[in-house]
This record gives sequence, structure tokens and C-alpha cells, in this order.
Amino acid sequence: MIGILSLSFLGLFLGLLLGYAAKVFAVEADSVAVELAEMMPGTNCGQCGLAGCTAAAEALVRGEAPATVCPGGGVALAQAIAAKLGIALSLDGLEDPGPQVATVAEEICIGCGKCLKGCATDAIVGAAKQIHGVLDEACTGCGGCMDLCPTGAIVLRPLPQQLKDWNWAKPAFA
Amino acid sequence: MGFLDKITGVSWGVHPHDDHKRPAADVPLRVMPIPATLCVPLLQHVGAPAKPVVAVGDKVLRGQLLASAQGNVSAPVHAPTSGVVTAIGPVIAPHPSGLPFDAITIACDGEDQALPASEMPDPLSLAPDEVTRQIAAAGIVGLGGATFPSAPKAQLGRKHAVETLIINGGECEPYLSSDDCVMRARAVEVVDGIRILMHATGAASALVGIEDNKPEAIAAMRAAAKSFDAIRICPVPARYPMGSDRQLVEVLTGKQVPAGARTATVGVLVNNVSTCAAIHRALRHGESLYRRIVTVNGGAVMDPGNVLAPIGVMVEDLLAFVGLKETPARLVMGGPMMGAALPHALVPTVKGCGGILALSAAEIAKPEPSPCIRCGSCVSACPMGLLPLEIAARVKAGDYDGADAQKLDDCLACGCCAYVCPSHLPLVHAFYHAKGELWKRAQQKKRNEFTKGLAQARTARLEREARERAEAAARRKAERAAQQAAQAAAAAE
Repeated sequence: MIGILSLSFLGLFLGLLLGYAAKVFAVEADSVAVELAEMMPGTNCGQCGLAGCTAAAEALVRGEAPATVCPGGGVALAQAIAAKLGIALSLDGLEDPGPQVATVAEEICIGCGKCLKGCATDAIVGAAKQIHGVLDEACTGCGGCMDLCPTGAIVLRPLPQQLKDWNWAKPAFA
Repeated sequence: MGFLDKITGVSWGVHPHDDHKRPAADVPLRVMPIPATLCVPLLQHVGAPAKPVVAVGDKVLRGQLLASAQGNVSAPVHAPTSGVVTAIGPVIAPHPSGLPFDAITIACDGEDQALPASEMPDPLSLAPDEVTRQIAAAGIVGLGGATFPSAPKAQLGRKHAVETLIINGGECEPYLSSDDCVMRARAVEVVDGIRILMHATGAASALVGIEDNKPEAIAAMRAAAKSFDAIRICPVPARYPMGSDRQLVEVLTGKQVPAGARTATVGVLVNNVSTCAAIHRALRHGESLYRRIVTVNGGAVMDPGNVLAPIGVMVEDLLAFVGLKETPARLVMGGPMMGAALPHALVPTVKGCGGILALSAAEIAKPEPSPCIRCGSCVSACPMGLLPLEIAARVKAGDYDGADAQKLDDCLACGCCAYVCPSHLPLVHAFYHAKGELWKRAQQKKRNEFTKGLAQARTARLEREARERAEAAARRKAERAAQQAAQAAAAAE
């Protein structure tokens, strides 16, 4: 009986202590990091080599990652990050092939369904033993599915150029 | 329009010393014979593309619906002649990119059989909503070049209770004279179209702005509108870009349309004279918008002039009809200031195409750009009161946000700044590029938000599935335990 009581009391006391400590010593998330994470694609694809978008945002705030950390976001995101953090931006390291999407080579696809389960945005449709397809508008081009595919049937290709997306090249000034 | 402007005339814009409109404008209208094939594009307007309602192999008649409107802002397209549908799919668009868009190709049978004509009730005795519905069904869009569908525009006018219709007969682009031709040859139709549109929108009066370099059109329109007090013909100074809706509204009414807003917010609605003529033909004669007057002009053209051509005719066929003196150095759809350079002549015309220019090498000679000397000529010329030199400096540096902050969005791309620039800087080209970059970024942002939503939905789904699995497992365990307990109890008895 004494044992039960003392253990219960100890548990209660430690629980309260922990609850109190969590309130008092709460670590506020860095507001800049939160804002940066908002700007990121948010799919936690891991192409940057860090543990997801939030981790990348924190690394950026600590100055451990360059503004070009996110390959998925491309030049536009790099520029936005550099402007936000007030840092100089060197685009040399970042080759921007423009938006990319995954495509399934239908003649190699065996319909195993591994890519389907691994896709962060549910961009791949299909069923077991059926050829899979990719929804262009939902694919972020993170390439996560390429590693999952046992037959190497998935490749990235640039988003097909459409009339409404076409733009004039920058003109040569004097 | 300030007091000083009232005395001195408008201060913005440019006045090309030779507008190249004549002699083409004075040649009587010619009717083009039906060519062997026509390509009727599905997207000839602002908004969603039309959806085909015919199939390959179908026989179609003149005026028959080929594709119906999709959504509120859209317009149907109709067959310009009789024939057989041979393809529905991509053709090269009349656009500098040379990229394809979808079109319905018709092999014409040369008989030009029309749909049986139906009895048309007097549109002025119909309810405004019914008039608007008929305008929508005829596929009428703004023929001045902006190609906004006319029916939703009329509805917008009704919603904002506009008082005045501004009818745009400015046609300020050099070389072009299709609106001039419509007003000279079909003034009665234009005036009747204005009356129908006034009925549809509920506007009490209409002001027809015509540049004073078209005296014949002004005289013809005055004669046609003589018995209608609500329609006033107002000559305006010939000054490019007078045909831009904002500029014309300001000159005629003194009201300035706020940045980013439509003209309806200041109580006026702008429609082109050719659009009014098309409305007359649709509501009085049941003729859908499947042909229009196109100016074919330029130094390489043998017999320049205005041609009534089916919509969707290949530019090549149109040029063959008027004849070429030499191989054109550049083909342009629209005017020389705001038109689109064409990749080649194997592209179809569209509803918004008021002119095809085949320009000679001498006409497109372009001096090399030299550094900006900050003379400010572009600032005086800009009809929107922008600072083109400042915007261009930012675009040059790749600072698109800076360009945006300088109100790049208000730029009409009229080309006045580039026209007057003594350094021959590619100003409009730079602005087009910057607008495209900003648009691309906005699209990328939208895409990112969409995929982020998908990723969050997936995470939530995976969590829910895990929870449900755990709950199901717990339930099964409890059931098994209860079963075992019951068995144990039964065994004990």
C-alpha cells in the first residue's frame, strides 16, 4: 500500500514538475524560421539533405545553409529567401532547369505500387499490377519516387511548355 | 484630363508622322472566296477555351456550332462555311512563340451551304437578358483586339448600372483600317448594334469616339446616327493610343479609370465599332461571328486593303488573295505597335485579328540600342503616367519586384516609350519579359501552395489511417479477451 501511494505521489509530482517546466522553459520557434518554412514547398522531400522543410528553414536562419538550399523551389524561392534574410545571393551553384515533373515510362512499369505510397503529394495514380501515371499539376518534381522505383521507370522531365506559360527572353540592353 | 490638356490637346502618346493607313483604307471592301481549308481555333477569346461539339468526319454547315462555351467567361465558335471536319487538335498559334493550340480543321466543300435561317424577333422588344443570351450564343467577343466575351461584359455593365456606352472607333494603330472600313461601309449596322447593346446594358446614351483622321467614317456615322439623340458621334484627336479604353474614356468623359479596375467602375462600358456591327448581324440576321473585316497591309503587299474573310483562314491564303510584291521580312497579326509577330504564314486568323501586316525589310529596320541618356522622352509619352526608364533599369538588373513596385502592372504595352526612345532601347520587350517573369512566379507560388495542401492532406490521412488501425487492433484484442473470459467462465461452470 505504501509502495503504491509513494509511487503515485512521485508520479504526480514529477508530472506536475514537467508540465510546469514545459510552460516556463518553452522554446519559442524562431518566427523567421516559421515564415521561411511557410515559403518552402512543404513536401519534406529531403532533396536538400536536411530533415524536411522546417529543418531547412532553421538551418537557413542559423546561416548553415545557403539561400539556394531548396532545389524544388528553384531560383524564385532562392531570391525570395535571400530578400527575406537580407543576404547576397549567388546563383552559380543552382542550375534552374525550370519546373520539372516525374513521368512513368509505361513500357518498364511493372505496377508494383511502391512509388504511389511514397509520393509526398499523392501525385501518382494507379493500382497494383496496373501502369501508373503522374498528375503534372500535383507533382513537385522532388524525385523521391525515382529512388523507390525498382525498374527505373520514373524519370524527371521539364514541364511541357504551353502557350500560356511562354515568355519573351530578356532583351539585350545597350 | 487637366485644364492645360483641354487647351493644348492630349499630352501623352505619340503621333506617327505617317500612319500608313491610306491608300489601303480608301480601297473598297473585298470579299475573300472560301479557301480549301479553314482552321477554327478553340481559344479565340479571354477565358476558357470552347469545347468541341463536333467529331472528325462530321459534315458541318455555315453558322453551325463547332464548339460551345465553357464557363462564364468563354465564347462558342461556329463554322465559317460548309464542309467536313478533318481534324480536331493542335495547329500552330498566331503567336510569336510558334507553339501550338487546339483548333478544328474543316475541309471546305465550296458550296457554302448555310444553316436554315430562323425568324429573328426584334431584339429591342426582347428582355435584356435574352439579348445578352443571344450575344453569347453568337460567340461575339470584343473585336478591337482584347477579345473579352461581349455577353459577360454586358452583364457587368448591367450590374454596375452603367449610364454611358463608349463606342471605340479610335483605331489608333498605324496601318490598320478595318474599323474605319466597318464605319464607312456599315454605319447603319454599327448604329443599330449600338442601340441593341444600349438595350442589353441599360445604358441611356452612347458616345462614339472616332479619331479625326477618319473624316469619311465620321460623316457616315453622323448620317446613320442622325435620328437617334442618345448616340453622339465625337471626333477625338488622332493620337496613339487613343483606341485604348482608358485613354478614350478619359478624353470623352473626363473620368479616369482607377488602376487595376474595369471601366464599369466609373459608369461606362467600352465596346468596339466592329463588335457593334457583329451584334447587329447576330441579332437581326442570326449570323454568328464567323467572319470579319481584316486589313491586309504592309510594304510587301501588292493590293493592300480591307478583306471580309472567314475567321480561321490561314494567313497564307489571305496573303495569296491580296498578292505579295516580295517575300515579307516580317508578318504581324494586329498593328505595328501592339501586334504579335507571326512565326510563319501557316497560322489561322482569330476573331480578334483586325489586321495582317506583311512588312518589307525597310519597314522593320531597327537601329542598335545605345545606353539610356535619361532624357525622359518615354515619361512624357507614357499614357499611363509611368516612368518607363526606371522600370527598364530594374528589369535590366533582374529586379522584377522593383519593376513591379514601379507599377509595371499598369503598363498597357502600347509601345509609345520604345517608339520615342532616342537610344532605341527595347523597352516594351523588357516589360513583356518582366510581366511574364512575375506571372511565372505567381503561378509557381500557387503551385507550391497547392502541393503543400496535398502534402498536408496526405500526412493527415496517414495519421488517421494509423490511428484507425491501432483502434481496430485494440478492439479486436478486447473482443478476444472478452471471448476468452466467456470461454473461461463457461469452462468453470
